[in-house]
Amino acid sequence: MRFSENLPVKQKDFKMKQFIAFVNKEFLHIIRDNRTLLIIIGIPIVEILLFGFAINMEVQNIKVAFYDPTPDSVTQGISERIKQNPYFSNMGNAQSMDEMEEAMRKGKLDLAVVYQQNFQENLVHSGQAAVQLLANSSDPNRGSIAATYASAIIAGYQRDNMDLVQIPFQIQTENRMIYNPLMKSSYMFVPGIMGLVLMIICTIMTSVSIVREKERGTMEVLLASPLKHGTMVFAKTIPYMVISFIDFIIILLLSYFVLGVPVNGSLILLFLVALIYISLTLTYGLTVSTLVDKQVNAVIFSAITAMIPVLMLSGMIFPIDNMPGVLRSLSVIVPARWFIEAVRKVMIQGQGFFMIWKELLIMIGMTLFLLLLTVANTKKRLE
Amino acid sequence: MIEVKNLYKSYGRADNIIALKGVSFTVNDGEIFGVIGPDGAGKTSLFRILASLILPDSGSAIMNGHDVVKDYKTIRQIIGYMPGRFSLYQDLSVEENLKFFATLFGTTIEENYHLIKDIYRQIEPFKNRRAGALSGGMKQKLALSCALIHKPEILILDEPTTGVDPVSRKEFWDMLARLKEQGLIILVSTAYMDEAGRCDRIALIKEGEFIATDTPQGIIDNYSGVLWAVQGSRMSVILHELRAHHLIKSSFAFGDKIHITVDEGLQAEELKQYLINKNFEDVNVFPIEPTVEDCFMALTN
Amino acid sequence: MRKKVIEVSNLTKKFGNFTAVDHITFDVDEGEIFGFLGANGAGKTTAMQMLCGISMPTAGEGRVAGYDIIKENELIKRNIGYMSQKFSLYEDLKVWENIRLFGGIYGLSEKEIADKTDELLKRLDFEQERDTLVKYLPLGWKQKLAFSVAIFHEPKIVFLDEPTGGVDPAMRRQFWEMIYDAADRGITVFVTTHYMDEAEYCNRVSIMVDGHIEALDSPAALRQQFNTDSMDEVFRKLARKAERF
Repeated sequence: MRFSENLPVKQKDFKMKQFIAFVNKEFLHIIRDNRTLLIIIGIPIVEILLFGFAINMEVQNIKVAFYDPTPDSVTQGISERIKQNPYFSNMGNAQSMDEMEEAMRKGKLDLAVVYQQNFQENLVHSGQAAVQLLANSSDPNRGSIAATYASAIIAGYQRDNMDLVQIPFQIQTENRMIYNPLMKSSYMFVPGIMGLVLMIICTIMTSVSIVREKERGTMEVLLASPLKHGTMVFAKTIPYMVISFIDFIIILLLSYFVLGVPVNGSLILLFLVALIYISLTLTYGLTVSTLVDKQVNAVIFSAITAMIPVLMLSGMIFPIDNMPGVLRSLSVIVPARWFIEAVRKVMIQGQGFFMIWKELLIMIGMTLFLLLLTVANTKKRLE
Repeated sequence: MIEVKNLYKSYGRADNIIALKGVSFTVNDGEIFGVIGPDGAGKTSLFRILASLILPDSGSAIMNGHDVVKDYKTIRQIIGYMPGRFSLYQDLSVEENLKFFATLFGTTIEENYHLIKDIYRQIEPFKNRRAGALSGGMKQKLALSCALIHKPEILILDEPTTGVDPVSRKEFWDMLARLKEQGLIILVSTAYMDEAGRCDRIALIKEGEFIATDTPQGIIDNYSGVLWAVQGSRMSVILHELRAHHLIKSSFAFGDKIHITVDEGLQAEELKQYLINKNFEDVNVFPIEPTVEDCFMALTN
Repeated sequence: MRKKVIEVSNLTKKFGNFTAVDHITFDVDEGEIFGFLGANGAGKTTAMQMLCGISMPTAGEGRVAGYDIIKENELIKRNIGYMSQKFSLYEDLKVWENIRLFGGIYGLSEKEIADKTDELLKRLDFEQERDTLVKYLPLGWKQKLAFSVAIFHEPKIVFLDEPTGGVDPAMRRQFWEMIYDAADRGITVFVTTHYMDEAEYCNRVSIMVDGHIEALDSPAALRQQFNTDSMDEVFRKLARKAERF
């Protein structure tokens, strides 16, 4: 005779056992499915290498020339900075605009920096001075990147010489990589890849694994058992949370050692950002699972509502500042936008908690909203 | 004890698909109750309502004192449910599945081993094999073990023998008979009419309605028509001949015989002679006891 | 002597070191109703897949509908019909759309399809269901329609995999009467079933155990051979020998 038969089942103990058994089962599913396992571990590696090497957004050896009708200390300071930057090679000063255009037409120049007359004087008196960046658009990509680099250098100069005067430069190209002094594009997309990979793992994998139970009929058996829906759902997320962190660490290591992207801020803060984002994307996966009944639909739904926005609207590839107004407003509801921003601030700029509390708060708010939505949609029966 | 009163259930955008049209019955303790009818008759809807998985539109079902709608949490503790489709984890091993379901119900394999011993022993040699790699009969045994492991009071088995070969089917029913002796209430549905005899009581279901509820023998005793068997070679030709005879109300092939229902006026010898005259020399005609399948066909015609 | 439409010898299929089908040899006559029985896992499905030209045998040879199952499997597919309990028709298509689809797959012309559709619906007394989605048909009707579609292109052989599972008793018999009609027209019917009464309706049956064909004869002869009066008993006696699961 066993003693346990005479004892009442401790409710808490029982729930914990259910929970552990379920988490255990989920891990078994993942381990048994070689392909899923490969995807889970392969995704971050492939993405990092793909973006790091294959899609090289860096442009080197930019041929730049300057037209400075009235040289002064400000224009010379700016020119000097550009000349010293390793991505630019100086082709000298032009004597006239005509000469500049001629060189550009012949393909001898990628970028022309044209200062307005009496640049410093204007700056001091009116607080405004214009510098024009003319990019050679025969290779639009190269041209726009060259202009972006240059404008970033100018912005850097402006920042460093704040005390000089407030200088709102008139620059006719976009200003992107302010905080990327080396202009390495990998700095841009490492946070983006983190946002993308975690979204894929958490949202798609979680929703698919729940929907699979519906599709294969095992949900029917689970529903007909004393297992609480909350226990099941929570247990489902655990393995993916673990895997997400593993992937997060893989990305960090790869970007540090392979791409040479430093972690300038606090590592603990970075993990906190990741934890909040992972919770958010997991919750979104749960939300998706309450809306669809087939695995295929879960994948399509997740891809359209989660992955594509990460790629298009998060600032990962296309800068948010460049977006048309509608898209820019839309990007506000894209979770990855806030994650990427927070990661950039912590990882690249080395900023502290007080600079990212807004992003964190927004993500937590989104998580709570989705959680409520999920609970409202959860059924305790089959229909 | 199960008491079901007037269950209605419909589906579809305009509730135009009616699955159950007022089903009522009771099942006593220690009884095997069979719900027998073709696919689409409403068996699965009925069982899902009893398992608290879907809500009836109206009507009530009380199982061992618990209402399937209000007390669904208790219901889920006291039932063992086996859905129509194999619903275990194919990528987990036999033992992992059983262990998982034991834990789900707050028990262990060791604690209730005596309940499933009889069934589980047959698949235990393959306990490390993945459930997906088992044959149909073995899957059913594993599913039954998983449904039994928490010592349920009521077992709800939705078409457990569909697609299972006759030998495994017989074994499965032998197992149910032994389980019944432990005092379980067993509710089982099937489309195989020949399994009716293994139940204590049966309900014949067609298009959402119970057309008869009784013991299998009771149903057979209630058969009102005159039923004969016709035997001979060239069966399909005989069948056509019988269909043309105006005193024969119905004729259907039943294995190696043809079952016919006839008008009171006709004599067996008379029909035999009639067929012999039509060149079916080796023909034989004799009265037979109806099977449940005959009853079902008579009741639905 | 009647023409043989299926002739196989020593047909074998191995998956790794597991022999699903182990040297089976048999033949089927034109217009015959051949019952292919066996316990779950005995190898029926694998054998049937090889006969239909969708699975390559590991060893052995055979001809189906006059074509070599190894070299001419594409030609076999054109000359057979197939229907199973699990999948027969597209549920989300209408009755006529299903007929048109399968007619099209087998290369019938628009005109042929249109004429034959009318004729088929009339014969089944289905005209009022022409525009009904298949999922709204009762199972028995669905199976009758599926069978008609499977022989729509007048194949030499039709393979039926548990066609009557779960079908209501009267419908099941109507279904078998359709099988008889097809056989009378010269279409060979190769059928699996778990209903032993249906085994009696076949001209000959084979019973597979553990990848082998253990018995093959007419139902009456098998009953006599095993000294019993029911096919159920014959099956049980043979299947008891099974060792694998």
